[in-house]
Amino acid sequence: MLDRRTFALGSAAALAGAGLASMARAQDAAQPWEQALKKILGDAKPTEGKVTIEMPEIAENGNTVPFSISVDSPMTEASSVRAIHLIATANPQPGVATFRFSLLSGRAAVTSRMRLARTQDVLAVAELSDGRFLMGKRSVKVTIGGCGG
Amino acid sequence: MATKPRIKLPESAKVGELIEIKTLISHVMETGQRKDSEGKTIPRNIINSFTATYGGAEVFKAELQPGISANPYLAFYMKVPGPGEFEFTWIDDAGGKVVEKIKLNVT
Repeated sequence: MLDRRTFALGSAAALAGAGLASMARAQDAAQPWEQALKKILGDAKPTEGKVTIEMPEIAENGNTVPFSISVDSPMTEASSVRAIHLIATANPQPGVATFRFSLLSGRAAVTSRMRLARTQDVLAVAELSDGRFLMGKRSVKVTIGGCGG
Repeated sequence: MATKPRIKLPESAKVGELIEIKTLISHVMETGQRKDSEGKTIPRNIINSFTATYGGAEVFKAELQPGISANPYLAFYMKVPGPGEFEFTWIDDAGGKVVEKIKLNVT
């Protein structure tokens, strides 16, 4: 029979255990962009290719860097791109945006402008209707950083 | 956030045609990372959501973070299903909302 004292002890041990576990997690914590990527992918492994990121090779002003991302997909009921996730690996907040598409989209492509804190790699992860992921990467040199510290 | 957004559609489109829709709205997109002259953090205020529907059905949605530049420009595609009206919605952190409706000229 579980009396009050053993119950209290047990909870304390459980709390201590949880504390240790979270400390261990903090110690081997991945880079923020790796965490952002993990949040999108879960345990899935992305395939490289079929994702095109158009961006200037050298961005003079990191406050506004134009980009176009497109994914080679038929965009039919059988096979489509559900979303494109955009990650800037060296930004203070690496997750930049998630763009969601529909069968009305016809084409999985988006154009916008982003901030880049400094020279870095930009990743675009496409989430497909069959649960798979595709990934594209692009390196951008930044002359003047754009997060206005 | 009471600014009038700019929207560019093709002058006319045919059923089944793939068209590009371009949108632009004025917004500071304050990141929440910057400090004012007294060293206090300027609170984040960005457009965090943009949605485009056509005839009530969702075409495209963007969930934005502070990494998107000020005055967010968004361009995307639609395969025209038939005559209809677009509804574009921008929402910011301060609760501001801009809704814009525009008919597509389908020939």
